[in-house]
Amino acid sequence: MLESLRPALVITRREVRDQLRDWRIIFPIVILTLVFPFLANFAAAQMLNFVTKYGADIIGERLVPFLMMIVGFFPISVSLVMALETFVGERERGSIEPLLNTPLKDWQLYLGKLLAATVPPLVASYLGMGVYTGGLLLQGIPLPEINILLQVLVLTSAQAVMMVSGAVVVSSQTTSVRAANLLSSFIVIPTAFLIQGESVMMFWGTNDTLWYAVIGVVVLAVLLVRVGLANFRREELLGRDIDVLNVKWGWRVFKAQFTGGARTPWAWYAKSVGPTLRKMRKAILLAAVIGLVGVVVGYFQIERFNLPITETSLKEMDSRISQLVQMWPLFSFGPVLYIFWHNVRTLLLGMVLGLVSFSILGMIPLFGTTGVIGYLMALLSTNGLPVWNYAMFILPHGVLEIPALVLASAAVLQSGAILATPSPGKSIGQTWLESLADWCKVMVGLVVPALLVAAMIEAWFTPRIAALFF
Amino acid sequence: MIYTENLTKKFNEFVAVNNVNLDVPAGQVLVLLGPNGAGKTTTVRMLDSILVPTEGRAVVAGYDVVKDAEAVRSRVGVLTEHHGLYGRMNGDEYLEFFGELYGLPRPVYLERIDQLLKQVGMDFARSQRLGEYSKGMRQKLSLVRSMLHDPPVLLLDEPTSAMDPESARMVRDAIKDLRSGDRTILLCTHNLQEAEELADQVAIIWHGQIIANGPLQEMKAGLLGPVEYEARVVHHLDGWEGRLSKGVFLTGRGEDWLRFKIEEPRETTPRLLRKLLRDRLDVISFREVPHTLEQAYLKAVSQVQKEQESDQERKEDQELEVDHA
Repeated sequence: MLESLRPALVITRREVRDQLRDWRIIFPIVILTLVFPFLANFAAAQMLNFVTKYGADIIGERLVPFLMMIVGFFPISVSLVMALETFVGERERGSIEPLLNTPLKDWQLYLGKLLAATVPPLVASYLGMGVYTGGLLLQGIPLPEINILLQVLVLTSAQAVMMVSGAVVVSSQTTSVRAANLLSSFIVIPTAFLIQGESVMMFWGTNDTLWYAVIGVVVLAVLLVRVGLANFRREELLGRDIDVLNVKWGWRVFKAQFTGGARTPWAWYAKSVGPTLRKMRKAILLAAVIGLVGVVVGYFQIERFNLPITETSLKEMDSRISQLVQMWPLFSFGPVLYIFWHNVRTLLLGMVLGLVSFSILGMIPLFGTTGVIGYLMALLSTNGLPVWNYAMFILPHGVLEIPALVLASAAVLQSGAILATPSPGKSIGQTWLESLADWCKVMVGLVVPALLVAAMIEAWFTPRIAALFF
Repeated sequence: MIYTENLTKKFNEFVAVNNVNLDVPAGQVLVLLGPNGAGKTTTVRMLDSILVPTEGRAVVAGYDVVKDAEAVRSRVGVLTEHHGLYGRMNGDEYLEFFGELYGLPRPVYLERIDQLLKQVGMDFARSQRLGEYSKGMRQKLSLVRSMLHDPPVLLLDEPTSAMDPESARMVRDAIKDLRSGDRTILLCTHNLQEAEELADQVAIIWHGQIIANGPLQEMKAGLLGPVEYEARVVHHLDGWEGRLSKGVFLTGRGEDWLRFKIEEPRETTPRLLRKLLRDRLDVISFREVPHTLEQAYLKAVSQVQKEQESDQERKEDQELEVDHA
C-alpha cells in the first residue's frame, strides 16, 4: 500500500516545492496566516467588551469560535485557485502529458495533485487558527469548548477537500484556466452559502446541530472526491480539445438513451423502460428503505411535537369532508390538474436538488412525505384514534402515488450514483445526459401517468371513500 | 515492436484515426508523415495507452495497449509536441522527478541523467532554470526525459515543429544518436526533409487513414515508378527528333536537357548513350534523378483525392438514378 502511495507523494512533493517558489501563492497565504488572525483577535476582544456591557455574553461566546472558523477558512480559499492551477493549468501548459505518459495510475496522479492543492492551504489554515488561539490565550479570553474546536477543525478540513475535489470536476470539463475560473462559481457560491449556514448554526443552534453540518460536508467531500476520481481519466483529460456546446450530439445521446431504439410505445416499454427499471433495482430498494426510515423518523417526532387533537376538531372532520366532496365534484379536471401539478413540481424540485447534491437533497420529497405519514400515524395512535380509518385519507390514491414517488426518487439516486462512478469510454457530459434520459424515461413512462391517475383518485374518490368512515 | 491492426479512434462522431495498420520491427525508424490534424498525435496517444482505441488493437513492446496499459507506458518513451516543462525547476530536478516517477533506483537514474545529458550536449545547463532554456534546449531535455528509463520504443511527436533551423538540427542529430540496434522509433512529422533523413519506413497518414506505407525506397518506387535519367548537352536541342530504342521513353525535354524512363537500365542505358553520341549530341552529364519524398507524398495524396472524388461522383450518380426510378 505504502509503495503504491509513493508515486502520488512524489507528485505532491514536486507541486508543493513549485508552489513554495511562487511568491504569488506564498504572499497571500502568509498574510492570511499571520496577519489576519491578529485582526480577528482584536475584533474578538472589542466585540466581547462591547456585548458584555449589555449583558449579551452568549453572543461573545459564539463569536469566538465563529471568528476561528473564518480565520481557518480564508487560507483554504486559496486551495481552489491552486487546484484549478494544478489540474487545468498543467493541462493548458501541456505539462500534464509527460506525466500521463509515465506508468502512474490515474488515482495516484489524482491523489498526488489533490494533496498538493489541499495540504499547504490546510497547514496555513491550522497555523492561522493556532495563531488566533494563541492570541486568545494571551488576551485572557476563554477558549471555546474542545467539542467546538474539533467541529471547526473537521469542517475546515472537509471544506478544503470539498473545494479541491469540486475544482477537479470543474477542471475535467474545461481546457483553460479562464474557463475553469468561470465555472468555479459553481463551487464558490455554494461554499459561500455553506459558510453562511454554518455561521447561523454557530450563533443560533446547539453544538449538536453543527455536527449535522460537519457530517453533511464530510459526506459531500467524499462524494466529490469519488466523482473527481471517476472523471480523472487520461482519456477524458486529453480527449477534450475545445470547449464547444454540441447541441446536436447532446440531443442524439439523450434520444438514443431515451428511446433505446424503440419505434412504438409498446416496444419502448419493453426495450427501454423495462431494462432501465432492472438497472435501477438497487436504487429502488434504497429509495424504499429511505421511505421507510422517513416513516419511522416521522413517527418518533411525536415525542418532540405532540399536537393535541381536540374533540371539536374531530367533530369538524365530517363537515370538512362534505365540503371537500362539494368543492371537488366527480370528473371535474380542475382539482385533478392542481393536485397533479403540485406532485410533479415537487418531484422536479427533487431532481434539481439531487443534481447539485449527488442525489442527497433529491431525497427530501420522499423523506418529507413519508415522514409526515409516520408523524400522522403516531399522532392518531397517541390520541387513541383508529389509524386505519384515517388511512383512508391516503390509501386510495397513495397506492399509486407512493410507489411513483419511490420510483422518481430511485431515478434521482441512480443519476447521482452513475455520476460518482467511473464510466469507461464515456465523458462526464455523456454520462450526465444518459442519466437524465433515464430519469425522464421513468418519469414519462411510469411516474407521470401514475401521478395523473393518483390525482384523479385523490380528487374524485378519496374524499368520498373517507366520508364512508366518518 | 509496434504492431497495430485496424486501429481506430472516434471522438463522438469524428473519426480521428481510421483503420491504421502498422508493423515496425525492432531497430527500425518509422516516420508517420502527414499534415496537421491528420491523426498522428492521436495515434501516438493510443500507442502510449493514453487514449483507448475505439476499434482495433495495438501491441507495443509486446504488450497490448488496452489490457497492459501500465506495462506499455513503462516501456515507451514519449516526446510530446509541446514539451511542457516546469519553468521554476532546473534540469537536474526535472529529470530526477521523472526518474522517481518511472520507479528507477536513485543511483540508476542519476547515472542515466549524467550519461544522456552528455550525449545530447546539455550537461552545461543542468542547474539552469528551465524557464531560461531555449526551444532547442527544452526539446533536447524532453528527449532526455523520454529516454530516462531506457525504453525499447520511442514515440516522437513533431520533435522539431516550430523550431529554428539550428535547434531543429540539434534535435535531429540527437535523435540519430539515439538510434540503436534494438530500439524502435516512431517519429511523427510533417517535415518531408526530416522524414527522408531519419526514416527506414514511412507511413503517410491523411485524414486519419494510412494511404501509403513501406520502406522508404520501395514506397517511392511504388508510387512514382522507376527512377528517371537526365542527359545534359552543350548545344540547344532544336530539331532533335531521335528515335529511341525499345525500353526507353522520353518523359521530358528542355533547351539543353532530356529526361528518360528506362526499363532495364543495365542493358538499355549504354545503348541510349551510344545513340545520343551518334546523333552528334555533345553530352556533358548523364545522371539518375532521384525521386523525392515530397513527390511521393503529393502523388499518394492526389491518388486518394481522385479516388474520393470518383467515389463521390459514383454516389451522386446512384442517388440520381434512385431519384429517377
